[in-house]
Amino acid sequence: MSLILIAEQSLNGLQFGLMLFLLAAGLTLVFGIMDMINLAHGSLYMLGAFLASTFVELTGSFTAGLLLALPATALLGMLLEMSLLRTLYARDHLAQVLATFALILIINELTRLVWGSDAALPMPGALSGPVDLLPGLPYPAYRLLIIVVGLVVAVLLFVLVTKTKVGMLVRAGASNREMALAMGVNIKLLFTLVFGAGAALCALAGALLAPLLAVQVGMGENILILAFVVIVIGGIGSVRGALVGALLVGVVDTIGRAFLPILFGAFFQPRVASAAGPAIASVAIYLLMAVVLYFRPQGLFPARG
Amino acid sequence: MKIKLLAAALLFVAVSAQGADKVKIGFISTLSGPSAAIGVDIRDAFQLAVKMNGGKLGGLPAEVLVGDDQFKPDVGRQLAEKNIRVDKVNFLTGIVFSNIMLASVPIAFENKTIYVSPNAAPSPMAGKQCNPYLFVASWPNDAYHEAAGQHATNRGYKNAYLIAPNYQAGKDSLTGFKRYYKGRVVAEVYTQLGQLDYAAELAQVRAAKPDALYIFLPGGMGINFIKQFVASGLSKDVPLIVPGFGDDQDIIRPVGEATLGLFDTAHWAIDFNNAANKKFVAAFEKEYRRLPTVFAAQGWDTAMLIDAAVRDVKGKIEDVEAVRKAMKAAKFESVRGAFKFNRNQMPIQNYYLRVVAKDAQGRLVNKTIGTVFKDHGDAYVQDCKMK
Repeated sequence: MSLILIAEQSLNGLQFGLMLFLLAAGLTLVFGIMDMINLAHGSLYMLGAFLASTFVELTGSFTAGLLLALPATALLGMLLEMSLLRTLYARDHLAQVLATFALILIINELTRLVWGSDAALPMPGALSGPVDLLPGLPYPAYRLLIIVVGLVVAVLLFVLVTKTKVGMLVRAGASNREMALAMGVNIKLLFTLVFGAGAALCALAGALLAPLLAVQVGMGENILILAFVVIVIGGIGSVRGALVGALLVGVVDTIGRAFLPILFGAFFQPRVASAAGPAIASVAIYLLMAVVLYFRPQGLFPARG
Repeated sequence: MKIKLLAAALLFVAVSAQGADKVKIGFISTLSGPSAAIGVDIRDAFQLAVKMNGGKLGGLPAEVLVGDDQFKPDVGRQLAEKNIRVDKVNFLTGIVFSNIMLASVPIAFENKTIYVSPNAAPSPMAGKQCNPYLFVASWPNDAYHEAAGQHATNRGYKNAYLIAPNYQAGKDSLTGFKRYYKGRVVAEVYTQLGQLDYAAELAQVRAAKPDALYIFLPGGMGINFIKQFVASGLSKDVPLIVPGFGDDQDIIRPVGEATLGLFDTAHWAIDFNNAANKKFVAAFEKEYRRLPTVFAAQGWDTAMLIDAAVRDVKGKIEDVEAVRKAMKAAKFESVRGAFKFNRNQMPIQNYYLRVVAKDAQGRLVNKTIGTVFKDHGDAYVQDCKMK
């Protein structure tokens, strides 16, 4: 097993992890601050991708399309929060799960009505080839772009949450909502803004991943489950936890897919290995979650002390 | 009031009398999601065949009830139950994926309704679980892969790296490839069904440096794989071999020039010179303004097979045994050329080597360049108890 291979797989894990982080950051804040389980978070990811595909087609530019999709999705997210989700805050988690699950189905069907069951978002031509990172290590240029954007957004979010007044309010809301309310924070506005920001991050992830994967109805559900795993591992309400959790999940998933079958091959009969390897690899991240929860039931970086 | 009642009763009689005079087809397929292109091609070709027949199959007006299984076995099963129990269809067909077919068709068999497969033909159903009510108009699951394995052997590739999704057809495919491949298998990787990101797998291929890479990734999985394979720069170092549908029109359209020069194996190609095929290709292109895939060819043949059977029993489709006999005779001009049904009611036919090249109009198409197998059946038929 060469260093080049390990380097390439680490980059793959990093790329996947950073995209998960974009989703998980919004989800963890909504869950942490508003104590609201929003299953429809994945639908915003889907809407972001569909909107990006439309805007890219209209403007003829990948960057412009992407930049337009972000505020558009944020706006949709805020409208959703003000019209529907706001009424759910006072309800228990079961009611929230039921209502937002219904939202998933409704948004899926609406998307099917507007766009059809899938849309195209081609990769920008200039980025469709490989770049030589090291001699013997070509890496797809587009995946590098995703890593760079993901890292920049992570740093920006970190600065926003830890160094600014808005960030302070967000952290106050996440660690003790009632106290923040008592201190006169405009929680309503804060909630709406946080929700909009989360939606924009979803759109960014959806639009960036679309050329690699596919823009299709139902794309949000699978990744939503992973995003929940991330925030449970990271600790609900913590952006730092979301980042660490996302990177852990990204790396464990990639390593599991790449190396577990080989590892099994070394210890078991080929028949057993070829059956067990992929099976275990596909549940590796859930095993990770179970282990983390066993030792730290609150997650790695719980927001509430 | 009385007149109204009488009219209603007459109408009812008229409707039910008409009901016995048509052939009802339940058509369940994957029509949404990244693998939808396959189901859409099968459906379009099937409906085109019915349309070209003047809306009839075997002389009876045909009613085709189309349902989308959404790539989910449970949805497929629900649709099959509805088609069998409520709609009381005469034939069931359409399913693309083996896992969905395995979940959905037993209900047809229990009710002695014939299922004509336009695509999936999982190996258990070729052998021990062969069924008198199953007819396969396409090819046994292993066949393309056996031909690809034979091609890799013929080319003298010393070792090969294999990738397939972790489900029945995926396992069948690699088993088939290995059955005729004489070189060494470097690795046999099973990915998740529906997986769209292959970064981890591609990195492993790069490290392994195989002589050849064989992938069985139908639909959107294959589109994503080939795009990512090219983006990673691997296409310059590792020759890629795919089964016939791995670089057909549904893959060529989104992937583009990157497919040029890819080798594959199939039972049909767009350039076949028989009259049935010429008619089919021209009609398909005229109707849908795109070129047909192997899946479309299979959808067309499925309709023509039903057409021939209904015609040969002179429309008496209630007699399922007679319909079965007529199906088995397969008296129609297939776009693939001559073929016959094996004891397990799966085809015995030729398989060809094809390469993606430009046609006279500069379009990317599959060209036939050789025959890999002649009159090839499957390896499971000896386990089939059916006569």
